[in-house]
Amino acid sequence: MSFRTTSPAASRASLPSRFAGRLSRMTWVDVVVAAAVLVMFYLVLRVGQGTTVRFSPGQSVTVDTSPGRLPYDAARSLLRMFVALALSTVFTFAYAYAAAKSRRLERILIPALDILQSVPVLGFLTVAVTGFIALFPGSMLGLECASIFAIFTSQAWNMTFGFYYSLTSLPRELDELSRSFRFTRWMRFWKVELPSGMIGLVWNGMMSFGGGWFFLVASEAISVNNKDYALPGVGSYAGAAIADGDLAKVGWAILTMAVMVIGVNFFFWRPLTAWAEKFKNEQSEASEVQRSVVLGFLRRSNWPHLLGSLLRPVGRALSTAGRIFGTDDRPLAVDPGRKRTGDIAFAVVAGGLILWGLIDLGHYLLDRTGLGVFGEPLLLGLATLARVVVLVVVATVIWVPIGVKIGFSPRLTRIAQPVVQVLASFPANFLFPLAVWFFLKTGLSINVGGILLMALGAQWYILFNTIAGAMSIPSDLREAMDDLGVRGRQRWKRLILPGIFPSYVTGGITASGGAWNASIVAEVVTFGGTTLTATGLGAYIAKATAAGDFPHLLAGVAVMSLYVVGLNRLVWRRLYRLADTRYAL
Amino acid sequence: MVLNTLRNLRAALPQALGFARPGEAPVSLSAKPPRAADGDVLLETVGLTKTYAGADSELPVLGGIDLKVRAGEVVALLGKSGSGKSTLLRCLAGLVPPSSGTVSYRDTPLTGANPGTAMVFQTFALLPWLTVQQNVELGLEARAVPADQRSDAARQAIDLIGLDGFESAYPKELSGGMRQRVGFARALVVEPDVLMMDEPFSALDVLTAENLRGELMELWESGQFPTRAIVLVTHNIEEAVLMADRIVVLGSRPYGTIRETIEVGLDRPRDRNAPAFEELIDRVYRIMTGRTKETRIPGRPEGTDLDKRTPANTPLPTASVDGLSGLAEMVAHRGGRCDLADLADDLGLEVDDVLPLVDALDLLGFAKISDDDLVLTDRGTTFAGADVQQSKTIFATATMNVPLVKLITSSLHQNPDSTLRAGFFRDVLAHHYTSEQVTQQLETATDWGRYAELYSYDADPQEYRLDNGAGQAT
Repeated sequence: MSFRTTSPAASRASLPSRFAGRLSRMTWVDVVVAAAVLVMFYLVLRVGQGTTVRFSPGQSVTVDTSPGRLPYDAARSLLRMFVALALSTVFTFAYAYAAAKSRRLERILIPALDILQSVPVLGFLTVAVTGFIALFPGSMLGLECASIFAIFTSQAWNMTFGFYYSLTSLPRELDELSRSFRFTRWMRFWKVELPSGMIGLVWNGMMSFGGGWFFLVASEAISVNNKDYALPGVGSYAGAAIADGDLAKVGWAILTMAVMVIGVNFFFWRPLTAWAEKFKNEQSEASEVQRSVVLGFLRRSNWPHLLGSLLRPVGRALSTAGRIFGTDDRPLAVDPGRKRTGDIAFAVVAGGLILWGLIDLGHYLLDRTGLGVFGEPLLLGLATLARVVVLVVVATVIWVPIGVKIGFSPRLTRIAQPVVQVLASFPANFLFPLAVWFFLKTGLSINVGGILLMALGAQWYILFNTIAGAMSIPSDLREAMDDLGVRGRQRWKRLILPGIFPSYVTGGITASGGAWNASIVAEVVTFGGTTLTATGLGAYIAKATAAGDFPHLLAGVAVMSLYVVGLNRLVWRRLYRLADTRYAL
Repeated sequence: MVLNTLRNLRAALPQALGFARPGEAPVSLSAKPPRAADGDVLLETVGLTKTYAGADSELPVLGGIDLKVRAGEVVALLGKSGSGKSTLLRCLAGLVPPSSGTVSYRDTPLTGANPGTAMVFQTFALLPWLTVQQNVELGLEARAVPADQRSDAARQAIDLIGLDGFESAYPKELSGGMRQRVGFARALVVEPDVLMMDEPFSALDVLTAENLRGELMELWESGQFPTRAIVLVTHNIEEAVLMADRIVVLGSRPYGTIRETIEVGLDRPRDRNAPAFEELIDRVYRIMTGRTKETRIPGRPEGTDLDKRTPANTPLPTASVDGLSGLAEMVAHRGGRCDLADLADDLGLEVDDVLPLVDALDLLGFAKISDDDLVLTDRGTTFAGADVQQSKTIFATATMNVPLVKLITSSLHQNPDSTLRAGFFRDVLAHHYTSEQVTQQLETATDWGRYAELYSYDADPQEYRLDNGAGQAT
């Protein structure tokens, strides 16, 4: 990391003298920053200790629901989120790099990623929990890993896709620069490829992190194989409060959650997005830049310099060590025979492995339930599909006009955009008990109410993207329409709808994907002693999870993935193409 | 600025770049071959061809290039867009593999990026997240030069190129000219044998480009330039004549070949008002427009031989209807005849901008080239003076001599429901053009056909449809 204010003179001075110079100029800003870092380390250590507590699967689980426990629970939840984020980042680098650099691996990795993205993560929680408990017998670490895994699976795919895209769309001259100046591969990654992809990585990370809260809440307290598991955290706290039917404690949990979401945004993502501005590949100073109070504060302190000068030798050593990865060069002559042999060998091995897996899977299902196991989820999927369609249509009718209104007014946008961002990352499953309480009061069927529950999380993507789309309509177009007297229906048809279409499609895809995933927790809901169950694929998967019925779970998850992939290919992908060719502004 | 640079040069060069003072160790640690004497062959291509994959066959971009670059010379590769000059430069730099033939550096055939070259890019290719100093150090860092040595070398290269004071600035804080100076410093600091320049001044405004060219050539002439040769890619004739010792003119039809090599014997600094200079410019112009040795462009049949024109041998130039009518009107204002070089100069345009329009007027039978002049034909004169509806009618008649437009129109006429998918024409053209060229051919044909009201094109189903009001004012 290098900061702008480093002067050449400073880098020439010897290290000790620089150290002394800095120390004598320590300000209160530095003291505050140092204290904050110290406190953070302490917290991570304190909270981290809890994760290795002894635990055996037979143990009954009680969650202490006194509100005094909430700060500790919140810290545990946060730790999980950040560990998952770190894992996602490492995974992103490895997977995207492999896919971008190897023509052969790309053939398999990218379609696989596309499907992984559509798999309902919650359905696999059971498998993860049993697997990880077996991996760490007698320790909470197994459960901890399962929860982190669930969050990871909600974050990683999106980030990987984004980074893969930035790796493959590296501007041609930067690629030529790297090869012409004989960069090492290590240098190419850290100096060219990662910085070019940094903005996308940070923004994707932020969006994925927002989506991760939902899975955090869903994965902290689960029942698998008729056993209940709970990890200390806000999610399990809320789960216990819900089981007790204690609305006041649910309220405390919601408040804690809101503080966490906003706090992480303020102290982590805002500074990070503002910092990433320096990686913008544009030739002039931008007019509108991301700002962050926290980053400004950090930059005013001397710590970045100090850290920078301490870490620079480490960076140099790593860079020297990184030379073993070789020079960024491509052989000019490729032997077509060898290339072809390699391709064939790769195809045979990969195809063989996949075929072997399929046959094994077929045997497994045939032995237990027969292939007819797919019939029921296919039918139930239609019910859930209907819910998703109704949700998207109703959310569109309600939020598109509101979003356009907000997007056209700069004042409203300034207020509404951060609020909607927080709403979108707030885990909707937190609010389910309130909704169930409402259903019980009004007698609304869960078959209809389930749509409302799914919408609690999914609808915001439509609103958020509509606002962005409306903002992107150039004001001279709006003025031209005013001038020509185009208003009412005609204005919507000729200007507004085509203008917001590309953004709307992005929002629609995210909303529909989110709704499918949410159906697993929204079609079976509990509050106090009451459990409401809807007819649908989500409920089917939830039931199979709770009973530890792997064949049915597998069938349910596979069918849901099929529905999501099908919907994307048949509807959203086409709309995307239309948006790209016809309505790109 | 110029004086400043020269002063810096004398002060900085000896220590900075290691080679000037004998007995002193060079800054760079990499084992460098001995400095080449003037006339030694540094880069050589033998029978170099380059093709890109087309629909069913390989489409040639470069054909049979034999070229030598010697120490002590500045070679300009000059050609219109599509002549493969940038591809040739990248083959020399080892960035693009040749399809056949060899490229060698100091008699060793290349197997990867050329170790003896460094590139200066049209779009600068600076890393915006690094300071000027860090950008300049990149090449040395890649060669594992220790940090203190490379920062010294970089600082001296920065001084040499007139960037002192900008070390800690970020590229986006700099003007275009200053950015390209960073590009030069970054390439020079690694002391390559050959400096490769890919249209280095074409993204700059006229005055900045002029200033930077001048400084660079003074540095070159001083005899203490860190590199032994320069290869410059350009489409600007004046730039080539100003800078080069040898101009290699690449022709674009049917694909990139060396059309002619011109030795520039003029003394530096060159006076652009000298008669010899102007004579040379005119000569290069004639070669570029393809009317020197032969009266017709290779690959294209004579104007009278209309039957032999096909979409394959008569590509449409990238010229919009607005552009070519504008040029026709301008020539009409000057009495229907004007000198091409003067015209381009007066408009402040470069050959790449004007030649497609000239080709279009020629193809439509609106103008002819005679000597160095562009002369409007009778039809062209009428076209230039017509109102919108008349000009459409004249244009419609003229486009029937344009093979691709004619092909589309007659195919539509033969088709019962008068519509055809663009894919049909794409397939037809794919045998002769790369997919990018096909897109460009169809775009021009669509533009011309629409204006002539011969046919319409619906972008959504990608369909051509016969215009019912063809040729009439509707």
